[in-house]
Amino acid sequence: MLKTLYDKLWDSHVVRTEEDGTGLIYIDRHLVHEVTSPQAYEGLKLANRLPWRVDSIVATADHNTPTTDWDKGIEDPISKLQVDTLDQNIKEYGSKAYFPFLDPRQGIVHVIGPEQGATLPGMTVVCGDSHTSTHGALACLAHGIGTSEVEHVLATQCLVQKKMKNMLVRVEGELHPWVSAKDIALALIGKIGTAGGTGYAIEFAGSAIEALSVEGRMTLCNMAIEAGARAGMIAVDQTTIDYLRGRPFAPDGDLWDEAVTYWRTLTSDSGAIFDSVVTLDGVDLNPQVTWGTSPEMVLDIDGRIPDPDEEKDASKKESIEQALEYMGLKPNTRLKDIKIDKVFIGSCTNSRIEDMRIAANVVKGRRVASNVQLAMVVPGSGLVKAQAEKEGLDKIFMAAGFEWRQPGCSMCLAMNNDRLEAGERCASTSNRNFEGRQGAGGRTHLLSPAMAASAAISGTFSDVRNLVAN
Amino acid sequence: MEIFSLKKGLVAPLDRANVDTDAIIPKQFLKSIKRSGFGVNLFDAWRFLDVGEPGVPIESRKINPNFILNEARYRGAQILLSRKNFGCGSSREHAPWALADYGFSAVIAPSFGEIFFNNSLKNGLLPIVLPEPDVDVLFRDVFDVPGFELVVDLEEQRVGTVDGSRMYDFDIDPFRKHCLLNGLDDIGLTLQHVDEIKQFEMQHQLNQPWLFS
Ligand code: SF4
Repeated sequence: MLKTLYDKLWDSHVVRTEEDGTGLIYIDRHLVHEVTSPQAYEGLKLANRLPWRVDSIVATADHNTPTTDWDKGIEDPISKLQVDTLDQNIKEYGSKAYFPFLDPRQGIVHVIGPEQGATLPGMTVVCGDSHTSTHGALACLAHGIGTSEVEHVLATQCLVQKKMKNMLVRVEGELHPWVSAKDIALALIGKIGTAGGTGYAIEFAGSAIEALSVEGRMTLCNMAIEAGARAGMIAVDQTTIDYLRGRPFAPDGDLWDEAVTYWRTLTSDSGAIFDSVVTLDGVDLNPQVTWGTSPEMVLDIDGRIPDPDEEKDASKKESIEQALEYMGLKPNTRLKDIKIDKVFIGSCTNSRIEDMRIAANVVKGRRVASNVQLAMVVPGSGLVKAQAEKEGLDKIFMAAGFEWRQPGCSMCLAMNNDRLEAGERCASTSNRNFEGRQGAGGRTHLLSPAMAASAAISGTFSDVRNLVAN
Repeated sequence: MEIFSLKKGLVAPLDRANVDTDAIIPKQFLKSIKRSGFGVNLFDAWRFLDVGEPGVPIESRKINPNFILNEARYRGAQILLSRKNFGCGSSREHAPWALADYGFSAVIAPSFGEIFFNNSLKNGLLPIVLPEPDVDVLFRDVFDVPGFELVVDLEEQRVGTVDGSRMYDFDIDPFRKHCLLNGLDDIGLTLQHVDEIKQFEMQHQLNQPWLFS
């Protein structure tokens, strides 16, 4: 039988199948962070259980950690307690690797997993975090789980799962050089909606996807969850293998060769059947910017804010009205006429070295517009930060008027001190524009790093292609 | 897990699509290392006019009189009625913890965020998927009829009006239903298969030794 990549990953991890088709799936890599793990470890302790395979656990603190003044430690006592609790749990139960607060390799869990070679093709990867889908860029089956499931994986190394359906998203054609994986992701969500992928594992394929770096592939798979799909994935090719060679936790020597031989089989068989196929044209894709409070509320940069009076469906009309009110926007306004207050370049979607380079390229020799009160760059990990500094990117950002911060989730969800005040408008490279996501009353517009950099310079949303042409 | 015991409950309407987990429980409350106590901050940004911070007693908060759950007629509601894609967003189990802690035992919507759906089932909170037209009718009922209640029969997988005039069937995974009805912890159930897991693990290590090096 012809199999999709997802079928192959599923089949190679089924421990047993129940009569109703539910599978018990073996988990290879368990990524752990401070927000969703304390109650799981507590449950484990109460039931007098031990982790099944300590060697599968890679942990870091990222959500609560500050991005400035690291010498002062974590000042918020409640955040500190959560981070300390993780320290304590890892100390007590063990792990394969732990990158605590202040470690030079600490960073956002979805940045450091691939960076360390801790996520490998063919693996099942879980984490108590919905953006675990990111790791599917390396042809693994990776998805987010809740805290009860974190405890279940700790105790049994397995997860009870229903097999998902297969969706293929095919993107053909060469992207414009300033159009990126983030634009593909947003355009896709605009097309199929935030529930369009519900019940599916999405495989991304096509010439535009093959041309992406692994970093770009991670951006795309990261956003699969915003399209409703728990998992996104991309087949193994030479790009995947080149990316992994020499990473700290990747195999080496004979084992490397053996692994590569296996990894090369991790593609969908040609002719395999998908339950749903969506196609996007890469050539005509324009930079995307969201205008509302859901990632599906997205426009081409040339677009205008929608008019609820033109929407026939009553519940959609109401959603538009609610979003316009929250976002403080008027129908028919041009995106390019909307002024911004803050810029955030970071998050597990767009904080890798490639993102830093693209944004630095845009701002080089330019200045952040005077109406922008704060423009910040938060690298995804200590290693990304060090690499960027080696290349002098930090200097470029700071010369342009950006703040250059310490790694972490930061203003992606504003659990630390980095947040929007009520009414502030932010151009953000993160993944969620929900009400209050970046701070109570804050207004988030999602876009790519190049477009965020362009907005910082213009003070409004602007087409990066015009900016760099001048 | 506790046994799912809801038979009949008052219904509260939340007439919005895409209610996300950040709206259900804003992130400033996620710093807790406990599983309980999230109910007071359920829908915090909508229920209150001031910005909530952990540990602030509810008596000192400014209630938003325009938020529907604050209306007296919905006090004590056990069933929440909402629109498509309820619980989208993050994987945080704090969302079902907050809903259950507030007093809800079931949520009815045309569709749910998948991780939220799973998380709910593990916390005795029953997510019920009904077709959009049926949800429309229920919204009309809730708005028109003060004290509108629904009966829930998990065993028979049905939900309906108290007078029995309208009944809707819903789907639920048999395993999850069994766990809910019996209050079973699924870790215990999985551990009944320890030998199979060990067997699989040995074979897996032979097939992909680099995963164990
Ligand atoms: S960067 Fe944002 S989306 Fe990513 S893991 Fe951190 S909080 Fe979640």
